Amino acid sequence: MSPPRLALHGITKRYPGVVANDGVGLVVQPGEIHALLGENGAGKSTLMKIVYGVTRPDEGRIEWEGREIRIDSPAQARALGIGMVFQHFSLFETLSVAENIALALDAHEKPAALAPRIRDVSQRYGLPVDPDRLVHSMSVGERQRVEIVRCLLQQPKLLIMDEPTSVLTPQAVQQLFVTLRRLADEGVSILYISHKLDEIRELCDVATVLRGGRPGGQAVPRDESNDSLAQMMIGRELAACSLQPRAPAEIELELTQLTLDSGEPFGVALQGIDLRVRGGEIVGIAGVSGNGQKELLAALSGETRCTARGMVRLAGDPVGHLDPAQRRRRGFGFVPEERLGRGAVPAMSLAQNALLTGAPKGLVRRGFVRMGAARTFARQIIERFAVKCRDELAPANSLSGGNLQKFIVGREILLAPKVLIVAQPTWGVDVGAAQLIRQALIDLRDQGAALLVISEELDELFEISDRIAVLAGGRLSPLREPQATSVAEIGRWMAGGFVGEALDAFIEIEEAADAAA
Amino acid sequence: MSVETLIAMLASTTAAATPLIFAALGELVTERAGVLNLGVEGTMLVGAIAGFAVGLTTGSLTLGYLAAALAGVLMALIFAVLTLQLQTNQVATGLALTLFGVGLSAFLGKSFAGQPIAGLPHLSIPLLSDIPVLGPLLFRFDILVYASIALYVAVQWFLSRTRGGLLLRAVGESPAVAHAIGHPVQRVRYAAVLFGGACSGIAGAYLSTALTPMWVEGLSAGRGWIALALVVFATWKPLRVLAGAYLFGGVTVLQLYAQGFGLHVPSEFLSMLPYAATVVVLVLICRDRQTILLNQPASLGKPFHPEL
Repeated sequence: MSPPRLALHGITKRYPGVVANDGVGLVVQPGEIHALLGENGAGKSTLMKIVYGVTRPDEGRIEWEGREIRIDSPAQARALGIGMVFQHFSLFETLSVAENIALALDAHEKPAALAPRIRDVSQRYGLPVDPDRLVHSMSVGERQRVEIVRCLLQQPKLLIMDEPTSVLTPQAVQQLFVTLRRLADEGVSILYISHKLDEIRELCDVATVLRGGRPGGQAVPRDESNDSLAQMMIGRELAACSLQPRAPAEIELELTQLTLDSGEPFGVALQGIDLRVRGGEIVGIAGVSGNGQKELLAALSGETRCTARGMVRLAGDPVGHLDPAQRRRRGFGFVPEERLGRGAVPAMSLAQNALLTGAPKGLVRRGFVRMGAARTFARQIIERFAVKCRDELAPANSLSGGNLQKFIVGREILLAPKVLIVAQPTWGVDVGAAQLIRQALIDLRDQGAALLVISEELDELFEISDRIAVLAGGRLSPLREPQATSVAEIGRWMAGGFVGEALDAFIEIEEAADAAA
Repeated sequence: MSVETLIAMLASTTAAATPLIFAALGELVTERAGVLNLGVEGTMLVGAIAGFAVGLTTGSLTLGYLAAALAGVLMALIFAVLTLQLQTNQVATGLALTLFGVGLSAFLGKSFAGQPIAGLPHLSIPLLSDIPVLGPLLFRFDILVYASIALYVAVQWFLSRTRGGLLLRAVGESPAVAHAIGHPVQRVRYAAVLFGGACSGIAGAYLSTALTPMWVEGLSAGRGWIALALVVFATWKPLRVLAGAYLFGGVTVLQLYAQGFGLHVPSEFLSMLPYAATVVVLVLICRDRQTILLNQPASLGKPFHPEL
């Protein structure tokens, strides 16, 4: 038997105050699709950075095809045949596809000379890519294709994919899997990092689990269930969320013909969005980012003022002309997509961050801040939502993404909003924390609040939504109850399919009319 | 208006534009790498005194210009070590560099004030310069005027045609990404900052040895700031920098002639005109937000910590 493509033994990496990897091992065979599983902060990213030569381990051995080696730089990793597709795409937006690829190749080639090779590889693996297009005009799925093509041009023996599907439609995910399987058949090893257990069970041959930086065991994902895999990751059992049917109450949030131009050069204009959300109801908005999500959120929060006051109504009152603070005073709550910078001020303490939106909760009196009250409020959030942090005086940017999200969601929920708008509630949040956040949202619904959840995670929306719609190209699809639709239909809609379907139906009617005449 | 006047006006326009082209193109390259060096004014002054002093004492303007470029590089090196290595704030450091340069040049220039120097000679290109009208119009400038045009061609070609230029633009857009795929972000930024410094130094020397061949304290008179503004308003495009510099030069000359004609407008207003006109025209050009967002280096002014 040939030696493994990559073998890591006893890898340890310490950062000041934290051990990211503690004696971790990993063995990847040629042609194997190998999953790396773990919660946030379990050390997956650190381990991949070590393999790709971005970081060096403090201890441990790396073997490549049987030989012990050191990987000192990404260039050296690429020379060995290691390619990486990053979680946050590593593309330069203002450059063309060919220029982007030329920059990442170590052989100095002119972008123009690369174009035929790019076309060749993209055809062979079914990854359509136009070398001359500028990246900023491309969708996320297209960008990922560019990243993959870029890796494939270097004929890698090991392809590392960090959360590759988090931004793809279900159909695009299936396309990606076809490509990955073909690569594996050709002998390329694939290291696949993902939170999505369904996908891992479908795609991967072997899974290595990391738990808190330590080895958490190995498994064959096909033989496991989502629950058993999750249990390996978090070391305990995972409770499921439950959504009990409720009788719909009064309409709390109402959007009427919400039409807005995007101020951004690559933004998407909102086109005639109609939506009603009742008290005690969660409406989920699915869709791939960049289809008007940012613009819709800005219109809801008041960061962009609407052109007509009646476009957004809260419990019947027009609020389209109000600014974010005024809307909050009327009972709106928001959990924005960017945690650091929008949801929380990075350098400020949790108590100060609690104050920022919690001020009306008696944290400010006669213009003076009551720091004691703010700290109590922050402690309350930390306790209720099991936020892992030093204390309420820890700065927001010292928390992991999942914990900060718990804090922000908790803060908004404790303010008891009438309408809560949540964007990407569990983006990059591990399974345990995600479950807690979803349950908290459901609890708020059960108390009678109206919730609008915008997310790219379809499974999540199906789990917590009373009704689901898709936002694609700035238009909102019809609303469906989760039981009355399927992941496949929503996925088709995410690619803008509902517009086409309406058109098809129209053409059919026309044809029928023609036939009758 | 006679042909002679026209020729004289064009010559003065070119002379006023040339230092701006050097300083602004240098700063353009620096900013394209994502570094905002506000020390242009100070660097120009230090280059001016270095060029003047060395040129006067050695009698060789070539050595003078080399010294000016070197002085500019040294100034830029201070900036680069502080902002790139020690991660200080680029805006504050750049402002400090300008204050430092103003003081240093005044100190060094004390004994040189008021001394005459033989200015940069005007070339007269054989044959071509003898063509009537066109000859004196185009082929009798000093060598730095031609060099400034060559610099424009070189910068334009480098940015749009070479791998180095591609890398420079990439670093300016996202140092983190460039680092992640294994490019030497710090080295690229150092090179860009030092190049900008050399250009500013030469621009300064042109002021003290060609434009007004003498040393006066603070003789750059805000041209460093105009160069900085040019880069921004030219939306980081070399051709627009060139056009903006000539516009500035043209209005400078026009207002001088206007003063000469005895217009009943306070001369202070006329002196203000080139600055105001340049800014107004460039603001009008760059009103399109799209162009700015596509051309502005996204990481401009932001520190980058390469991960250890």
